[in-house]
Amino acid sequence: MDKGQIRELIAKRVAKEFNDGDVVNLGIGLPTLVANYLPDDIDVLLQSENGFVGLGPAPEEGKEDKDIANAGAQPVTILPGGAFFNSAESFTIIRGGHVDATVLGALQVDAKGNLANWMIPGKMVPGMGGAMDLVVGAKKVIIAMEHTQKGNHKILKECTLPLTAANQVNLIITEMAVIEVTSDGLILREIGPEATIEDIKAATGADLIVADDVKKMEI
Amino acid sequence: MKKLVSIEKAISHIEDGMTIMIGGFLAVGTPEKIIDALVEKGVNNLTIIANDTSFVDKGLGKLIANKQAKKVIASHIGTNKETGRQMTEGETEVILVPQGTLAEQVRSAGAGLGGFLTPTGLGTIVEEGKDKIVIDGQTYLLEKPLKADVALIHATVVDEKGNCYHAKATKNFNSLMATAADVVIVEAEKIVPVGELDPDMVNTPSLFVDYIVEGDK
Repeated sequence: MDKGQIRELIAKRVAKEFNDGDVVNLGIGLPTLVANYLPDDIDVLLQSENGFVGLGPAPEEGKEDKDIANAGAQPVTILPGGAFFNSAESFTIIRGGHVDATVLGALQVDAKGNLANWMIPGKMVPGMGGAMDLVVGAKKVIIAMEHTQKGNHKILKECTLPLTAANQVNLIITEMAVIEVTSDGLILREIGPEATIEDIKAATGADLIVADDVKKMEI
Repeated sequence: MKKLVSIEKAISHIEDGMTIMIGGFLAVGTPEKIIDALVEKGVNNLTIIANDTSFVDKGLGKLIANKQAKKVIASHIGTNKETGRQMTEGETEVILVPQGTLAEQVRSAGAGLGGFLTPTGLGTIVEEGKDKIVIDGQTYLLEKPLKADVALIHATVVDEKGNCYHAKATKNFNSLMATAADVVIVEAEKIVPVGELDPDMVNTPSLFVDYIVEGDK
């Protein structure tokens, strides 16, 4: 798989995690792609932390509205039934447990559900934006990322980078695997189309418990 | 009281060393003309409180690029390389705050609260130096309110009394910051006579606004 196919596979698999009526926040980057694959038979309300729900696709060229952008400053649209609000209300929604699921990328994620995705000391310090609130406040935290970074492990026993939040991650979805974070450790639930259990173990820097009913990833 | 003034008159209230809040989210709904006037005027050693530092050539990013800030309190600086450079080289102090915490700090100041308790940042470097308080078995960080000398906000429509409507996704920090500063200056895309802005559309009531300046459409 090339990079584009890997991203598409991950986005498609993440899109199957939602239920009818869910409020979902998608992070910038790969998670944004998930919006393209939401099932037609369920109603998912996408939240944009800069202040609205009902986030729609990018507008046609020339039809951009200067007052509607996503949290990454890209022009977007708002769907019928959407609503705008200020930043305090936006984080009332986020921190108050009114977001059913948030999907974010990661630099590192570990067996305890710790997440590091906001800085590399001395190299990259963009700031956490809304990520710390989202990870703490959302009912379900899904990490959508490539399994490794240039062959280096991203799923670890313990994160070494500064954390975004402690013990909050529920599910890790990569092109190789779907892994659930539990108090017993990381449980391998699904295997990617081109991976074997041995490949996944080798590409993971933490112990994996293979679920009794482990299955092939369906997308 | 006549609130509609020239930009020059409005920014005469901004002096070196002041703490200013600036509304907007990556320059969406930001008082662009007031920022340009501040760049021109050249007030320095500002402490800037804002969601982000925008882009190097847009919004309050221009104040950063012009080295007018000694300190920045924001949730995100990644879109403005100059902020990162100044931070790394020790020219500007940057305090990064989770976005929800920043919004609530501003809201708390405006609402007369002494702070609030949040789970955000627990177990991360955000908790360093902060008190932890346990309520019903759950641990929270104590976060303090954030006030400013001046708030610079943007509104889509403002009536001559100062009532503001912030369209669509421009609400962001604008209505919050209007409550948390000694002097509040709003840059209006459109100014209408009193009575023409439907009270049902008002996001920021006039009592929070001190000065109105005319901005671009």
